[in-house]
Amino acid sequence: MTIVINGEPHESQAANVLELWKEFTTGLEIEGPQGFAIALNGALVRKTQWQSTHVTQGDRIEIVRPMQGG
Amino acid sequence: METKDTLKIAGVELSSRLFLGTAGYPNQSLMTEAVVASGCEIVTMSIRRVSLDRRGSDTLTLLKSYRFLPNTAGCETARDAILTAELAREALGTNWIKVEVIGNREMLYPDVVELLEATRHLVDDGFVVLPYCTDDPVVCQRLADLGAAAVMPMGSLIGSGMGVANPANLELICKRSPVPVVVDAGIGTASDAAIAMELGASAVLLNTAVAKADDPVMMAAAMRYAVEAGRLSFRAGRIPKRGRAEPSSPQFGLVGS
Repeated sequence: MTIVINGEPHESQAANVLELWKEFTTGLEIEGPQGFAIALNGALVRKTQWQSTHVTQGDRIEIVRPMQGG
Repeated sequence: METKDTLKIAGVELSSRLFLGTAGYPNQSLMTEAVVASGCEIVTMSIRRVSLDRRGSDTLTLLKSYRFLPNTAGCETARDAILTAELAREALGTNWIKVEVIGNREMLYPDVVELLEATRHLVDDGFVVLPYCTDDPVVCQRLADLGAAAVMPMGSLIGSGMGVANPANLELICKRSPVPVVVDAGIGTASDAAIAMELGASAVLLNTAVAKADDPVMMAAAMRYAVEAGRLSFRAGRIPKRGRAEPSSPQFGLVGS
């Protein structure tokens, strides 16, 4: 299925938000989900809900974290 | 002379009246040194999409002993600002948010209609809202009425270094505001920060003036002293301006008289 992650289409087999996050962040030098936040179709999904929140074809996902800012 | 003069926002006591941005420094090491030199307790952060071709920022780890103030910089609608605030709260574990809603990309000028809407919603949702706004006393009053924990009127355009463009407005805002006034944006050099504080601001938020200075760490120290000096000067009470000279030395016993 195709999921739009951060504005770009991605092919994914992830069943839920947690799997999608793992898939997407493979290759980033990170220890865990702390510091990340995810929105699904314009609504926040809390970390406690990542595993139980399913993703389906065409979903729009935002995966963000804090960066330097003013 | 020195009586306790802490700034309190949403019940949190802050000993520094300087908030520092973390963007645009030559490197992470200079950024960290500048933050330390500034003596600030609050640092601002943005919330951005994770990029696969960019290594993760370790800013969070470097600055973990500071209080984070995430922003909604770049948002153009209340809806986007609200979602960004929710993401920031989840990512950083703080309910403090600098709400910034931009109405014009070229000027980075606040859209007060969207800002009021975002502030109303976020206050209701339990956020400590610090809105970046125009230097308009009525807008600042409206934001305070909605429950903003502080108001953050612009000194001048973001990144412009033009200082306090409308000191008369800013003084009015500071005199009337029921919540702390944090002058945000436009500070170019230390005297700008001192002027903002002398006009009665509770604090100053700046970034570019330090990050883009030839020596960011030295400028951070300059800002620290400027904010402290400006605050002391405000509390001490300046003399009135007058159009004529007023001798400071005694006028009697002049030699040769």
